[in-house]
Amino acid sequence: MHAINYEAPKSLDEAVKLLAAHGEKARPLSGGTDLLIQLRAGTRRPEFVVDIKEIPELARISFSLQHGLKLGAAVPCIAIHENGDMRKYYPGLTEAAHLIGSLQIQSRATVGGNLCNGSPAADTTPALVALGAQARLAGPKGERIVPVDGFCLAPGRTVLQPGELLVELQIPAPERHASDAYLRFIPRNEMDIAVVGVGAALSLDVSDDRVVEARIGLGAVGPTPIFAAEASKSLIGKTLDAAAIERAAKLAVAAATPIDDMRGTAEFRRHVVGVLTRRTLAIAAERARAANQR
Amino acid sequence: MANKVIVETNINGDPVELLCEPRQSLLEVLRDVLELTGSKEGCLTGDCGACTVVIDGRPVCSCLMLGVEATGKKITTIEGLAAGASLHVLQQKFLENASLQCGICTPGFLMSAKALLDRNPNPTEAEIRYSLAGNLCRCTGYDKIVRAVTDAAAAMAGRGRPAHGTVPSETASGMAGEMLAKGEVK
Amino acid sequence: MAASSTNGFRVIGTRPIRHDGVDKVTGRAKYGADYAFPGMLHGKVLRSPHPHARIKSIKVDKALALPGVKAIVTAADLPELPDKMEAAGEQAVNLNHLSMNILARGKALYDGHPIAAVAATSPHIADEALRLIEVEYEVLPPVMTVEDAMKPGATILLPSLRNKEDGADKETNVAAHIQFKRGDVAEGFKQADYVIEREFKTAMVHQGYIEPHNAVGIYNADGHATIYCSTQGSFVVRGLSAVVLGISEGKIKVVPAEIGGGFGGKIPIYLEPLSVLLSMKTGHPVKMTMTRAEVLRATGPTSGSTIRCKMGATKDGKIVAAQCWLAYEAGAFPGSPVGSGAMTILAPYNIPNVLVDAYDVVVNRPKTAAYRAPGASNAAMASETVVDELAEKCGIDPLDMRLLNGVEEGTPQIVGPPFKRIGFKETLEAIKNSPHYQSRLTGANRGRGVASGFWFNVGLQSSAMVNLHTDGTVSVVIGSVDIGGTRAAQAMIAAEVLGVDINDVRPTIADTDSIGHTDVTAGSRTCFATGWAVYEAAQDCVRQLKERAARQWEKKPDEIVFENGTLSPAQPGGDIKPMSIKQIAPRLARTGGPIVGRATVNARSVGPAFASVCVDVEVDPDTGKTQILRATIAQDAGKAIHPSYVEGQMQGGMAQGLGWGLNEEYFYDDRGILRNTGLLDYRMPTCLDLPEIETAIVEVPTPGHPLGIRGVGEVSIVAPPAALANAIYHAVGVRMTELPMSPPRLLKAILKKRAAGEAQAAAAD
Repeated sequence: MHAINYEAPKSLDEAVKLLAAHGEKARPLSGGTDLLIQLRAGTRRPEFVVDIKEIPELARISFSLQHGLKLGAAVPCIAIHENGDMRKYYPGLTEAAHLIGSLQIQSRATVGGNLCNGSPAADTTPALVALGAQARLAGPKGERIVPVDGFCLAPGRTVLQPGELLVELQIPAPERHASDAYLRFIPRNEMDIAVVGVGAALSLDVSDDRVVEARIGLGAVGPTPIFAAEASKSLIGKTLDAAAIERAAKLAVAAATPIDDMRGTAEFRRHVVGVLTRRTLAIAAERARAANQR
Repeated sequence: MANKVIVETNINGDPVELLCEPRQSLLEVLRDVLELTGSKEGCLTGDCGACTVVIDGRPVCSCLMLGVEATGKKITTIEGLAAGASLHVLQQKFLENASLQCGICTPGFLMSAKALLDRNPNPTEAEIRYSLAGNLCRCTGYDKIVRAVTDAAAAMAGRGRPAHGTVPSETASGMAGEMLAKGEVK
Repeated sequence: MAASSTNGFRVIGTRPIRHDGVDKVTGRAKYGADYAFPGMLHGKVLRSPHPHARIKSIKVDKALALPGVKAIVTAADLPELPDKMEAAGEQAVNLNHLSMNILARGKALYDGHPIAAVAATSPHIADEALRLIEVEYEVLPPVMTVEDAMKPGATILLPSLRNKEDGADKETNVAAHIQFKRGDVAEGFKQADYVIEREFKTAMVHQGYIEPHNAVGIYNADGHATIYCSTQGSFVVRGLSAVVLGISEGKIKVVPAEIGGGFGGKIPIYLEPLSVLLSMKTGHPVKMTMTRAEVLRATGPTSGSTIRCKMGATKDGKIVAAQCWLAYEAGAFPGSPVGSGAMTILAPYNIPNVLVDAYDVVVNRPKTAAYRAPGASNAAMASETVVDELAEKCGIDPLDMRLLNGVEEGTPQIVGPPFKRIGFKETLEAIKNSPHYQSRLTGANRGRGVASGFWFNVGLQSSAMVNLHTDGTVSVVIGSVDIGGTRAAQAMIAAEVLGVDINDVRPTIADTDSIGHTDVTAGSRTCFATGWAVYEAAQDCVRQLKERAARQWEKKPDEIVFENGTLSPAQPGGDIKPMSIKQIAPRLARTGGPIVGRATVNARSVGPAFASVCVDVEVDPDTGKTQILRATIAQDAGKAIHPSYVEGQMQGGMAQGLGWGLNEEYFYDDRGILRNTGLLDYRMPTCLDLPEIETAIVEVPTPGHPLGIRGVGEVSIVAPPAALANAIYHAVGVRMTELPMSPPRLLKAILKKRAAGEAQAAAAD
């Protein structure tokens, strides 16, 4: 590996200044489970590595039914799984975080890093897209908030500008009968990267089981994570019966633009998008019906 | 030449001050700087778990962490598992169950198992398998490793354990497979 | 588990704690990468980014100018070796090819082929130096499959390979064609009521040992070199490194470190001569270790293959004819295990009419190495699924089909003399009687499959010494490295013969200067052949002990009895008191000096091994994913010395076979570049992918061996892929003919069957 300089700022201000000073030569370090591999492979060669885990604001999970969730960019996945609010109010996102690699990886890896790494196969990104998450960014020109849908531009590329970093992810509190789910397909039972990932969030009117709000996010079936807009829209206002789910699954398949690679063929991935969309919607619906959040 | 930095950390109960390059991983620091070669390198990508150490109570792949990130942490490596001259129950059960063949993955498995039992002294087989899934073993098929961890948990809780070295067939009835098929793992 | 008997034995058949155990659970055991020496440099290898390319020039100036870089070597620094075969473990090696695989000369022949090596003061600097070496390549078209390599007009990898069949002399990628014949297959198939013919493809797979290759080379100014490395055969490393370096074998000492898995893949040499070469150039010890990507790109794998298998049976289940065609990827240089594939594919069955053709084919992939029963798993995938289909046609239970046609003592082998006492049918009976096979499998999309495997095993050469110490303890010195309980088993054999406690025996693995020649820890030979040597060395101690007692008691040695560690006169009487080893040991100095038992063996007659397995699966018909529910293996161990480690070999081989069957494969892109160079995408089973693996040790002693031992290391990997294929068929009704049976492949087959079913139903309407 090439020589690097390491900084561990204690405040967001300090981090922003460091990153601004070094611009494209710097890279924020969160869990490091992707970055260290890239440094070794030489696919990224930053001169400055800025560790953001010492910044208290970035290492926090805060949740309330009034304000929703603020998930710090440096919170390790295992802390999400161990958080009662996360498990109760965002079970899909929590599952996605708990699916990333092994426990060893989850002890380090973060949802923020998963997003900023820009991999189309990131497990937590479709779950965030389904939840309508927003990303709060800080940079030399100040702060801005952007939707997670559209955050990734291409494999390994995001909207983050040189010197900019992700501070936190913001997700609204769930409605009374709302919940989410995430499923991925992998060939083994553990340790693989998603061949297909599907996140779904549903809000229901339980009086007649009608869908009030629906969002479906897809992973590993295009150059970036995908918000399946048509599939999501097709559910809104409908009774969540087998026909509605089937229609949404078909539209989700149509939204996917997968390729053939060592993890699966395009044909396989398209088929599995349908399978997982059906399964994910069923789980999210069951959870939403059972939920009674406020 | 290189921009070495001083790192203050705690390894196996002792405060340690060391000098390393920022590009050196914790694994390199342990092995090459501190000569603690019990943590093994198998992949450098976090996929095999041979370099697992326990940091502040959690299992971590030391290959995916920089040495400088160890500042202020409490690290336990395989060299710190035994209490002085007496082996940790897990080590003893690995020996009794013949849970190692080549032994290269053993330190990583022991550290993952320690992190598990420290948090959950009475794990189910599903929990054991899930907690060890980040450690690859190519020799054993995992059977005897899972048995050793089960035995260790029982011994630590003062419960009985199966007769030494035997594998009663009535307990080996495909339960793990059923559990996996039902998705009871998570 | 079938209890292995301790009948007549005191130590053998028990389960003591291994002698190297504490070192290995405390992190103290030293593997190759754990060695460090004063002034040590670190070496790294530059590898070809092209699968097939002419090397036009290599410029190293910029790399040499990087501070900390001490030396760079290329093929120009090694002697050019002749096209000549030399034996190395289970396989023979061509010296020219051997050298060209250490450093490419003229052409790079696979993605990852070594081009140059650097020594620097840190591994990071060596890595950075690799980026500064400038290599000019002329990229050539790659040949990636046996089909493409065998086509007329195919791009040629090695101009020295000639096809001389039919009197011709042409360039070829086919390094060898082997044929076996018995009876008349055309006539045989005429007698058959059912004939099944299928074509199979199996993907290239890696041994997958967790420890990457490593070596520390130290070259001294006096011309002597020492190599510390993790290898399956220290004598192979010594011999082949000497040849590659052009120095005499006696000037190299190989110190075998602990080894983190091998499965055949740590028989070849890769880094060992390079570390010495770099040490020669720099005057410093040089340590080299591979990354996982290097391991996958440039070491190991075993062949992918194309196999056609046709078998015919009569209505009552008798297999009357079989014809097989096998082509195996050798990698960049000749030497695939297609020969053993051809010899094992029909070995479990007594078939009167047989014709087998086998082809060893070079392709632009890494040179293949042995992998646990090399070549046999590919072959069994074909034959064992065809046998399953025939059993179904005949309406016979698949185990009964195998019992009906299986070989036994006296059955003539297709190649070689009739079988001596073997335990094939016993493994089938053990599966039949297992709680697993006796249980009922219920539930949708679930199926059970069985299959059997055969492996030759080898004997070869081993040396052993047994030293008696003055306190009555014993040390056993061997040259076989301990890859999974060797020390324990060898100590148990010595303890058994000498009648001492197992904890009074210390086993030691010696370097190549300190023990006689010992062949590789491979071929399922270590317990068998080194165990035989230790047995004889311990007997040599006993002979010497009898002489000492005879001298003391003024009798002849043959008038002394040695039993359970105690010497006594054959005819009791007088005031002679029996003496234990503990009593006689302190008096050695006064009774003639130290006792060292010595023995060497060159075992030619070996006991072949058989295993049968049973697997239950559940398939998700919507995704093609297979979950293994239950797995059982029955294997003939001849005599299980340490049953836990025998079970370990059975379970470990089974686990590898199941991984081979479901998800492991080399994935090359259309440019011939390996895409899955890490353990994320080279998918070996985790402990969440496997159930418990139930074991039944069968003990049919090998005739001729003093303890009846039969090698147990390899045969366990042969049957599992075929058993999985059979189980998947019984779960979802599709016959899989391609490995791995990964979800995309299986789903495609399921959907194809579903579509065919729907078309049929539509036609019937």
